[in-house]
Amino acid sequence: MQPDWSTEVHRELAAAGVRVVGYVPDAGHKRLIELCQADGNMRTVPLTTEEEGIGLAAGAWLGGEKTVLLMQSSGVGNLVNVLGMVKVCRFPLLLIVTMRGEQGEFNPWQVPMGQSTARVLETIGVAVRQAGESQTVAPHVHTALRLAFEANGAEAVLIAQRVIGIKSFQEQANQ
Amino acid sequence: MKLHRRDVVKELLRDRKDLLVVAGLGSTAWDITAAGDSPLSFPMWGAMGQAAMMGLGLALAQPARRVLVLTGDGEMLMGLGALATIGVQQPANLTVVVIDNERYGETGMQRTHTAWGIDLAAIAAGSKFKHAITATADVAPVRELVYRAAGPNLAAVKVIDEKLSLVLPPHDGVLLKARFRRALLGPKAEPEASTDVLPKER
Repeated sequence: MQPDWSTEVHRELAAAGVRVVGYVPDAGHKRLIELCQADGNMRTVPLTTEEEGIGLAAGAWLGGEKTVLLMQSSGVGNLVNVLGMVKVCRFPLLLIVTMRGEQGEFNPWQVPMGQSTARVLETIGVAVRQAGESQTVAPHVHTALRLAFEANGAEAVLIAQRVIGIKSFQEQANQ
Repeated sequence: MKLHRRDVVKELLRDRKDLLVVAGLGSTAWDITAAGDSPLSFPMWGAMGQAAMMGLGLALAQPARRVLVLTGDGEMLMGLGALATIGVQQPANLTVVVIDNERYGETGMQRTHTAWGIDLAAIAAGSKFKHAITATADVAPVRELVYRAAGPNLAAVKVIDEKLSLVLPPHDGVLLKARFRRALLGPKAEPEASTDVLPKER
C-alpha cells in the first residue's frame, strides 16, 4: 500500500535533519503535525500567527538548526512584510501550505486568499511548487528541502485542496 | 523615568562573554552598535515584530548559550503573540529586554500603547514567563535576568524618550547572517551539499 503523503513528508523532513517545526494548525496538516510531535528529534512550536514562524526559522538558522513551517493558504497572507527579511538575508525557508479556496471549498471567505496564494509568494520572492496529487507532495518537499538548506532558497510547496479532501463543516467536525 | 537607553544597553552588554544578541529594528539596533558591534549580535533592519521570535529560534537551537533579545516597546507591541508562543516553549536560556521609551522613536516620537499604561511585564507574566519585571532606576536586576536567572524572562526598562545620534550597524543582511553563523558555528556554518542527484519533478 502507498503510504499517505503526510508519512512521506515526515520521512523527508527527518532525513534532511529538520529539528524545528512551526505551525498554525490546519485540518489538512493534522496527520503531519502529529507525526512531527511524536518525533523525538523534532521540536514542534505552535504559533499564534504565521508571521512568528519566519522569526522562529531565521533565529533557529542563526543557531544552526533547520526549520519548516506548516500553515494553510490564508496564513500566507500574514507573512508578506516579514518575508522581506528572508529575501534580504537569504535565509533558508520552507513553507508547506495546504490550500483552501479551491475545489470542494465550502467557505467563500477562503477563496480570495486561496486564489492569491501563489502570486503573493512569487511576488515577494518565494519559489512555488504546486502539488496537485498526493504522490507528488513528497518529491516536491524533497527538492524544496535541498534548495532551501543547501542553496539558501525560499521555497513553498502548495498542496492542492483536492489532495486534502476536506469539504464540509460536518466532515471536519467528524475528523 | 531617569534611565538613559544607551547606558542601560552598554551595562547589559558589558563583559557579555558567550551571550548571543538579537536587536529589534530601530533604536535598539543602534544602541547595541553604540555599545560595540559584534559578530554575535544580529541587528534587525526590518521584520518588525519578529525580534522575540528570532530570539526563541536561536534559544531553541543553542540551549547551552544564553540569548538576549533587546528591542523597543513599539517593536514588541507589534508581535505580542510571540510572548504566548515563548511561554509555551519555556526556553530557560532566553531573556527579552524591552527598552521602553513609550514612543515610536524612528517616526516622530509618537506615543506607543505603553504610554497609556499597557504593561508589557504583566503580559509576559500572564504568558508564563519565569521572571517578568519593570525596571525604572536600577539595571542590576535586569543583568541578573540576562546572565543568570532561568527563563524565559522579560524586563521592561523605562527610559527617557531622548532622540540620539544614529550609530548604524552593517545593513547587508547576508553579511549579518553569515558572520553570526561563522562566529557561532565555525566550519559547520557552511551548508553541506548532498551527493545524490535532484529527483525528477513530477
